[in-house]
Amino acid sequence: MLAGIALGYALRSIKISFIHRIILTLVWVLLFLLGLEVGANETVVRQFGTLGLHAFWLATGGTLGSVVFAWLLWITVRTKLTDK
Amino acid sequence: MKASLVILSFFAVGLLLGIFRFFPQEILSYNISFYVLCALMFSVGISIGNDPNSVSKFRHLHPRLLFLPLMTIAGTLLGVLAVSFFLKNRSISECLAVGSGFGYYSLSSILITQYKGIELGTIALLSNIMREVITLLFAPLIVKYFGKLSPISAGGATTMDTTFPIIVRNSGKDYAIVSIYHGFILDFTVPFLVTFFCSL
Repeated sequence: MLAGIALGYALRSIKISFIHRIILTLVWVLLFLLGLEVGANETVVRQFGTLGLHAFWLATGGTLGSVVFAWLLWITVRTKLTDK
Repeated sequence: MKASLVILSFFAVGLLLGIFRFFPQEILSYNISFYVLCALMFSVGISIGNDPNSVSKFRHLHPRLLFLPLMTIAGTLLGVLAVSFFLKNRSISECLAVGSGFGYYSLSSILITQYKGIELGTIALLSNIMREVITLLFAPLIVKYFGKLSPISAGGATTMDTTFPIIVRNSGKDYAIVSIYHGFILDFTVPFLVTFFCSL
Protein backbone atom coordinates (compact mmCIF):
# COMPACT_ATOMS: atom_id res chain seq x y z
CA MET A 1 0.00 0.00 0.00
CA LEU A 2 2.86 2.38 0.83
CA ALA A 3 4.32 1.68 -2.62
CA GLY A 4 0.93 2.61 -4.07
CA ILE A 5 0.79 5.88 -2.10
CA ALA A 6 4.27 6.80 -3.30
CA LEU A 7 3.39 6.01 -6.90
CA GLY A 8 0.08 7.85 -6.68
CA TYR A 9 1.81 10.91 -5.21
CA ALA A 10 4.55 10.83 -7.85
CA LEU A 11 1.93 10.72 -10.59
CA ARG A 12 -0.39 13.29 -8.99
CA SER A 13 -0.18 15.58 -12.02
CA ILE A 14 -1.85 12.84 -14.03
CA LYS A 15 -5.39 12.21 -12.95
CA ILE A 16 -5.77 8.47 -12.39
CA SER A 17 -9.53 8.45 -12.41
CA PHE A 18 -9.93 4.81 -13.38
CA ILE A 19 -8.29 3.68 -10.12
CA HIS A 20 -11.61 3.76 -8.24
CA ARG A 21 -13.17 1.45 -10.78
CA ILE A 22 -10.23 -0.94 -10.42
CA ILE A 23 -10.58 -0.88 -6.61
CA LEU A 24 -14.30 -1.61 -6.84
CA THR A 25 -13.72 -4.53 -9.22
CA LEU A 26 -11.01 -5.99 -6.97
CA VAL A 27 -13.35 -5.68 -3.97
CA TRP A 28 -16.05 -7.53 -5.94
CA VAL A 29 -13.66 -10.35 -6.80
CA LEU A 30 -12.40 -10.63 -3.23
CA LEU A 31 -15.82 -10.70 -1.64
CA PHE A 32 -16.97 -13.26 -4.16
CA LEU A 33 -13.99 -15.43 -3.21
CA LEU A 34 -14.71 -14.85 0.48
CA GLY A 35 -18.29 -15.95 -0.11
CA LEU A 36 -17.07 -19.10 -1.87
CA GLU A 37 -14.78 -19.90 1.03
CA VAL A 38 -17.42 -19.27 3.68
CA GLY A 39 -20.00 -21.31 1.80
CA ALA A 40 -17.64 -24.23 1.25
CA ASN A 41 -16.71 -24.31 4.95
CA GLU A 42 -19.38 -26.36 6.70
CA THR A 43 -18.40 -25.38 10.24
CA VAL A 44 -18.75 -21.71 9.40
CA VAL A 45 -22.09 -22.24 7.65
CA ARG A 46 -23.41 -24.14 10.67
CA GLN A 47 -22.25 -21.40 13.06
CA PHE A 48 -23.51 -18.54 10.94
CA GLY A 49 -26.08 -17.53 13.56
CA THR A 50 -23.57 -17.39 16.43
CA LEU A 51 -21.07 -15.51 14.28
CA GLY A 52 -23.79 -13.03 13.36
CA LEU A 53 -24.65 -12.48 17.00
CA HIS A 54 -21.01 -11.84 17.90
CA ALA A 55 -20.80 -9.46 14.97
CA PHE A 56 -23.89 -7.62 16.18
CA TRP A 57 -22.53 -7.05 19.69
CA LEU A 58 -19.13 -5.92 18.39
CA ALA A 59 -20.80 -3.49 15.99
CA THR A 60 -23.03 -2.09 18.72
CA GLY A 61 -20.18 -1.77 21.22
CA GLY A 62 -17.85 -0.10 18.74
CA THR A 63 -20.45 2.34 17.47
CA LEU A 64 -21.66 3.25 20.95
CA GLY A 65 -18.12 3.79 22.25
CA SER A 66 -17.21 6.08 19.37
CA VAL A 67 -20.46 8.02 19.68
CA VAL A 68 -19.82 8.68 23.38
CA PHE A 69 -16.29 9.88 22.64
CA ALA A 70 -17.55 12.13 19.84
CA TRP A 71 -19.99 13.57 22.35
CA LEU A 72 -17.12 14.38 24.74
CA LEU A 73 -15.32 16.27 21.96
CA TRP A 74 -18.58 17.96 20.97
CA ILE A 75 -19.01 19.34 24.51
CA THR A 76 -15.57 20.96 24.45
CA VAL A 77 -15.86 22.34 20.93
CA ARG A 78 -19.55 23.27 20.72
CA THR A 79 -19.39 26.84 22.06
CA LYS A 80 -16.35 27.69 19.93
CA LEU A 81 -18.00 26.55 16.73
CA THR A 82 -21.20 28.49 17.31
CA ASP A 83 -19.23 31.68 18.15
CA LYS A 84 -17.92 31.88 14.62
CA MET B 1 -26.30 2.43 -0.74
CA LYS B 2 -26.69 0.89 -4.18
CA ALA B 3 -22.95 0.22 -4.39
CA SER B 4 -23.05 -1.59 -1.04
CA LEU B 5 -25.88 -3.81 -2.25
CA VAL B 6 -23.94 -4.75 -5.37
CA ILE B 7 -20.88 -5.59 -3.26
CA LEU B 8 -23.01 -7.65 -0.88
CA SER B 9 -24.63 -9.55 -3.72
CA PHE B 10 -21.18 -10.67 -4.88
CA PHE B 11 -20.63 -12.11 -1.42
CA ALA B 12 -24.08 -13.72 -1.43
CA VAL B 13 -23.56 -15.33 -4.85
CA GLY B 14 -20.18 -16.66 -3.72
CA LEU B 15 -21.79 -17.98 -0.55
CA LEU B 16 -24.49 -19.89 -2.43
CA LEU B 17 -22.05 -21.33 -4.97
CA GLY B 18 -19.84 -22.37 -2.05
CA ILE B 19 -22.63 -24.09 -0.13
CA PHE B 20 -23.72 -26.08 -3.17
CA ARG B 21 -20.09 -26.78 -4.25
CA PHE B 22 -20.88 -25.33 -7.63
CA PHE B 23 -17.30 -24.42 -8.53
CA PRO B 24 -13.94 -26.11 -9.18
CA GLN B 25 -12.47 -26.90 -5.75
CA GLU B 26 -8.95 -25.97 -6.89
CA ILE B 27 -9.81 -22.25 -6.80
CA LEU B 28 -9.52 -22.18 -3.02
CA SER B 29 -6.22 -24.03 -2.80
CA TYR B 30 -4.33 -21.53 -4.97
CA ASN B 31 -4.69 -18.66 -2.51
CA ILE B 32 -5.83 -16.33 -5.29
CA SER B 33 -7.37 -13.94 -2.80
CA PHE B 34 -3.96 -13.12 -1.35
CA TYR B 35 -2.67 -11.82 -4.69
CA VAL B 36 -5.88 -9.95 -5.43
CA LEU B 37 -5.56 -8.44 -1.94
CA CYS B 38 -2.03 -7.23 -2.72
CA ALA B 39 -3.32 -5.62 -5.91
CA LEU B 40 -6.14 -4.02 -3.92
CA MET B 41 -3.81 -2.54 -1.29
CA PHE B 42 -1.61 -1.18 -4.06
CA SER B 43 -4.60 0.46 -5.75
CA VAL B 44 -5.91 1.90 -2.48
CA GLY B 45 -2.45 3.39 -1.96
CA ILE B 46 -2.49 4.97 -5.42
CA SER B 47 -5.89 6.53 -4.82
CA ILE B 48 -4.75 8.06 -1.50
CA GLY B 49 -1.48 9.41 -2.92
CA ASN B 50 -3.15 10.64 -6.10
CA ASP B 51 -5.60 12.97 -4.35
CA PRO B 52 -3.73 16.24 -3.70
CA ASN B 53 -6.91 18.27 -3.08
CA SER B 54 -8.03 16.28 -0.07
CA VAL B 55 -5.11 17.32 2.12
CA SER B 56 -5.21 21.03 1.31
CA LYS B 57 -8.95 21.32 2.03
CA PHE B 58 -8.45 20.17 5.60
CA ARG B 59 -6.46 23.30 6.53
CA HIS B 60 -9.70 25.20 7.05
CA LEU B 61 -10.81 22.92 9.86
CA HIS B 62 -11.11 24.04 13.45
CA PRO B 63 -7.98 22.64 15.15
CA ARG B 64 -9.92 20.74 17.80
CA LEU B 65 -11.95 18.94 15.17
CA LEU B 66 -8.71 17.41 13.94
CA PHE B 67 -8.94 15.17 17.00
CA LEU B 68 -12.23 13.61 15.93
CA PRO B 69 -10.66 10.56 14.21
CA LEU B 70 -8.65 9.93 17.38
CA MET B 71 -11.84 10.03 19.46
CA THR B 72 -13.51 7.62 17.04
CA ILE B 73 -10.63 5.17 17.25
CA ALA B 74 -10.35 5.37 21.05
CA GLY B 75 -14.11 5.14 21.56
CA THR B 76 -14.53 2.21 19.18
CA LEU B 77 -11.67 0.23 20.68
CA LEU B 78 -12.92 0.81 24.24
CA GLY B 79 -16.47 -0.16 23.26
CA VAL B 80 -15.28 -3.31 21.52
CA LEU B 81 -13.02 -4.09 24.48
CA ALA B 82 -16.03 -3.93 26.80
CA VAL B 83 -17.97 -6.29 24.54
CA SER B 84 -15.03 -8.71 24.30
CA PHE B 85 -15.38 -9.55 28.00
CA PHE B 86 -18.84 -10.95 27.31
CA LEU B 87 -17.84 -13.03 24.28
CA LYS B 88 -16.25 -16.02 25.92
CA ASN B 89 -14.71 -17.76 22.93
CA ARG B 90 -13.26 -14.62 21.30
CA SER B 91 -9.93 -13.20 22.43
CA ILE B 92 -9.51 -9.48 23.12
CA SER B 93 -7.16 -8.97 20.17
CA GLU B 94 -9.61 -10.71 17.82
CA CYS B 95 -12.40 -8.39 18.92
CA LEU B 96 -10.16 -5.34 18.56
CA ALA B 97 -9.21 -6.44 15.03
CA VAL B 98 -12.89 -6.68 14.07
CA GLY B 99 -13.59 -3.27 15.66
CA SER B 100 -10.68 -1.69 13.76
CA GLY B 101 -12.61 -2.23 10.56
CA PHE B 102 -14.57 0.95 11.44
CA GLY B 103 -17.28 -0.02 8.98
CA TYR B 104 -14.83 -0.64 6.12
CA TYR B 105 -16.19 -4.17 5.77
CA SER B 106 -14.68 -5.13 2.42
CA LEU B 107 -11.08 -4.45 3.32
CA SER B 108 -11.20 -5.48 7.00
CA SER B 109 -12.96 -8.80 6.40
CA ILE B 110 -10.52 -9.74 3.65
CA LEU B 111 -7.49 -8.83 5.76
CA ILE B 112 -8.80 -10.65 8.82
CA THR B 113 -9.64 -13.78 6.80
CA GLN B 114 -6.09 -13.75 5.52
CA TYR B 115 -4.53 -13.47 8.99
CA LYS B 116 -7.00 -15.10 11.37
CA GLY B 117 -9.08 -17.42 9.27
CA ILE B 118 -12.50 -17.48 7.81
CA GLU B 119 -14.56 -17.51 11.00
CA LEU B 120 -13.30 -14.18 12.30
CA GLY B 121 -13.33 -12.85 8.73
CA THR B 122 -17.05 -13.56 8.51
CA ILE B 123 -17.64 -11.83 11.84
CA ALA B 124 -15.67 -8.84 10.58
CA LEU B 125 -17.73 -8.66 7.41
CA LEU B 126 -21.07 -8.87 9.22
CA SER B 127 -20.04 -6.61 12.09
CA ASN B 128 -18.74 -3.82 9.88
CA ILE B 129 -21.75 -3.98 7.57
CA MET B 130 -23.92 -3.66 10.68
CA ARG B 131 -21.97 -0.62 11.80
CA GLU B 132 -22.70 1.08 8.49
CA VAL B 133 -26.36 0.14 8.67
CA ILE B 134 -26.64 1.31 12.30
CA THR B 135 -25.19 4.68 11.27
CA LEU B 136 -27.51 5.03 8.29
CA LEU B 137 -30.58 4.15 10.36
CA PHE B 138 -29.86 5.89 13.64
CA ALA B 139 -28.02 9.05 12.53
CA PRO B 140 -31.00 11.34 13.33
CA LEU B 141 -31.37 9.82 16.79
CA ILE B 142 -27.64 9.97 17.60
CA VAL B 143 -27.40 13.63 16.56
CA LYS B 144 -30.23 14.48 18.91
CA TYR B 145 -28.59 13.00 22.00
CA PHE B 146 -24.84 13.12 21.34
CA GLY B 147 -24.30 16.21 19.20
CA LYS B 148 -23.42 16.85 15.60
CA LEU B 149 -20.08 15.07 15.61
CA SER B 150 -21.50 11.75 16.78
CA PRO B 151 -22.83 10.39 13.46
CA ILE B 152 -19.41 11.07 11.95
CA SER B 153 -17.75 8.93 14.61
CA ALA B 154 -20.42 6.25 14.24
CA GLY B 155 -19.81 6.12 10.49
CA GLY B 156 -16.13 5.35 11.01
CA ALA B 157 -14.22 4.92 7.77
CA THR B 158 -17.34 5.30 5.62
CA THR B 159 -17.95 9.00 6.30
CA MET B 160 -16.40 10.11 3.01
CA ASP B 161 -18.52 7.81 0.88
CA THR B 162 -21.54 5.71 1.89
CA THR B 163 -22.65 7.50 5.05
CA PHE B 164 -21.60 10.97 3.86
CA PRO B 165 -25.03 12.07 2.54
CA ILE B 166 -26.77 11.00 5.75
CA ILE B 167 -24.26 12.88 7.89
CA VAL B 168 -24.63 16.10 5.91
CA ARG B 169 -28.40 15.82 6.11
CA ASN B 170 -28.41 15.32 9.87
CA SER B 171 -25.46 17.40 11.11
CA GLY B 172 -25.61 20.12 8.46
CA LYS B 173 -23.42 21.27 5.59
CA ASP B 174 -20.88 22.83 7.97
CA TYR B 175 -19.78 19.34 8.90
CA ALA B 176 -19.14 18.07 5.38
CA ILE B 177 -15.40 18.78 5.44
CA VAL B 178 -14.95 17.24 8.90
CA SER B 179 -16.78 14.21 7.64
CA ILE B 180 -14.52 13.80 4.61
CA TYR B 181 -11.39 14.46 6.66
CA HIS B 182 -12.52 11.89 9.23
CA GLY B 183 -13.26 9.23 6.61
CA PHE B 184 -9.94 9.90 4.90
CA ILE B 185 -7.91 9.40 8.10
CA LEU B 186 -9.86 6.29 9.16
CA ASP B 187 -9.66 4.70 5.72
CA PHE B 188 -5.95 5.08 6.03
CA THR B 189 -5.69 3.58 9.53
CA VAL B 190 -7.87 0.48 8.91
CA PRO B 191 -5.19 -1.70 7.23
CA PHE B 192 -2.58 -0.76 9.82
CA LEU B 193 -4.73 -1.28 12.92
CA VAL B 194 -6.32 -4.48 11.61
CA THR B 195 -2.97 -6.11 10.80
CA PHE B 196 -1.56 -4.87 14.10
CA PHE B 197 -4.31 -6.49 16.20
CA CYS B 198 -4.17 -9.63 14.10
CA SER B 199 -0.46 -10.01 14.81
CA LEU B 200 -0.92 -9.79 18.59
